[in-house]
Amino acid sequence: MHIHFLDPYRPRPSLVHALDARVKFVLALAFILTCALTPNGAWAAFILLFAIILSVEILSELGVGYVLKRSALALPFMLAALPLLFTVPGETLVRLPAGLAISAAGLERFLSLAVKSWLSVQAGILLAASTPFPDLLLAMRAVRIPRLLVAVFGLMWRYLFVLADEALRLMRARAARSGQREQPGAKRGGGLAWRARVTGSMAGNLFLRAFERSDRIYMAMVSRGYDGEARSLPPPALRHAHWLTLALSLLVFILLLLIAYLLE
Amino acid sequence: MHIPDGFLSIPVSIVLWIAIIIVIGYALKRVGADLGERQIPLMGVLAAAIFAGQMLNFAVAGGTSGHLMGAALATILLGPWAGILVITCVVAVQALIFQDGGLLVLGANIFNMGVIGVAVSYMVYRTVQKFSGGRKWGLFVGGFAAAWLSIEVAALAVGLQLALSGTSPANLAIPAMAGIHALIGIGEGLITVGALAFLYSARRDLVQAGASQAPAGRLVWVAGLLIALALAVASPLASSRPDGLEWVAEQNGFLNAAQDPTYNIIPDYVLPGISNEALATILAGIVGALIVFGVALGMAYARRRRPQTG
Repeated sequence: MHIHFLDPYRPRPSLVHALDARVKFVLALAFILTCALTPNGAWAAFILLFAIILSVEILSELGVGYVLKRSALALPFMLAALPLLFTVPGETLVRLPAGLAISAAGLERFLSLAVKSWLSVQAGILLAASTPFPDLLLAMRAVRIPRLLVAVFGLMWRYLFVLADEALRLMRARAARSGQREQPGAKRGGGLAWRARVTGSMAGNLFLRAFERSDRIYMAMVSRGYDGEARSLPPPALRHAHWLTLALSLLVFILLLLIAYLLE
Repeated sequence: MHIPDGFLSIPVSIVLWIAIIIVIGYALKRVGADLGERQIPLMGVLAAAIFAGQMLNFAVAGGTSGHLMGAALATILLGPWAGILVITCVVAVQALIFQDGGLLVLGANIFNMGVIGVAVSYMVYRTVQKFSGGRKWGLFVGGFAAAWLSIEVAALAVGLQLALSGTSPANLAIPAMAGIHALIGIGEGLITVGALAFLYSARRDLVQAGASQAPAGRLVWVAGLLIALALAVASPLASSRPDGLEWVAEQNGFLNAAQDPTYNIIPDYVLPGISNEALATILAGIVGALIVFGVALGMAYARRRRPQTG
């Protein structure tokens, strides 16, 4: 399901939004790394991590509800880890019918995993919702992602919405021509293979339109002096306050990890 | 298929990051030589098209729907190296902007969908093309087989990585991933064939241009074959002997120290000075909750005051 096509960026007059994108990018990654490195079952560390991300959410003025609602996205994948409940050896907590038993160790591992993944997703959402994409491109260049790849990202972002509109038009045209009924459960036209074939034609059509559009874009770029080199202004220097934020936050993460390991 | 953060262990993530950095670095060089200055507009727009193409869905049964993933289509039309870069961009933007898949495990997701998906697609498609001698049926059979197998092998890789990370037992994760994606792959195959049929009648030159890059892709062909074979052999082995896999993982330090205290019901997060363990744990929990809400309240309070004080 990829219908959430709206730009996730939500402009707000907040400190989090004002923070340099490069600092935010590195801090989001560092936060996710900290979550991953925290030992399973270190509930104290998890609570502190949650406190950190929650306070950033409040600071960002995005609305905690907005972030939490979007963080439910990662939940379906929990199914993959669910067997841990039953397969990790350990003291039995609950006996279920059909010979299954939930072990304490399994529960601990499953819950830790769920918490880690949930906290990480929130960091990703905060980054995407508080940073405009062009600033993220700057951050990518700052962490030495090849300039050419960053240029492709930039162009992709610029045309994403154009092509999403094309895709929506194709779908509207299909709905108009095939008399699709709105009620759920109403019988669909044609067989499965036919429907897939129609969708395939639409995909081919979209691809062709994109291909021809890229030709026109290339011509337009060449006529404006493009010579294959992706040029951009040098990134502005980081302000002292942002350096300080970066250093202090990284220090907090390291301390947190130390505490988590020492307490174990 | 997009793995979220937290589901892969750090060593697995790092190894796959290194792998994709090497592959992407090489792919950038190859594509730069093939496409020249056209590469930025072409790949940018086509990556956007693959992304948008994933919106196109069709009803399967009972409210579920199939949709395109596009690794095979991109490979067949663009050749392997550009295909890898396009899928890399799609997967990266999905993770960065839409949280489809995590950031720390982005390397793994790019590896599964970009590198494995593209290499296997290319290997299958080229092979069928060779057998068909460039006739029309080769396009469709090759397209379907490439799409189906690329999804299936990538799913096996996801299952194997989850098992290696100690996230999911191999004897469950691998058959489950393989089973579900055997069905999803059929949808992918049908859409890919539909797209190829459309392009074959509308712009035959495009379809044939992608396939003509024979010498450019021998490396990818071999890599695709090796990946497919390795996973085909490793997966049943791993799922029949999940303990063996865990043992290997432990020997290599994959299951790191983080998972050592698996036998403690309650780790040592008890307050000092309180002898009753259960009570201490409950108290620790309450203190933790108070910390969280104290921080949250403080933040909310500070934020409310800020507009007034300027």
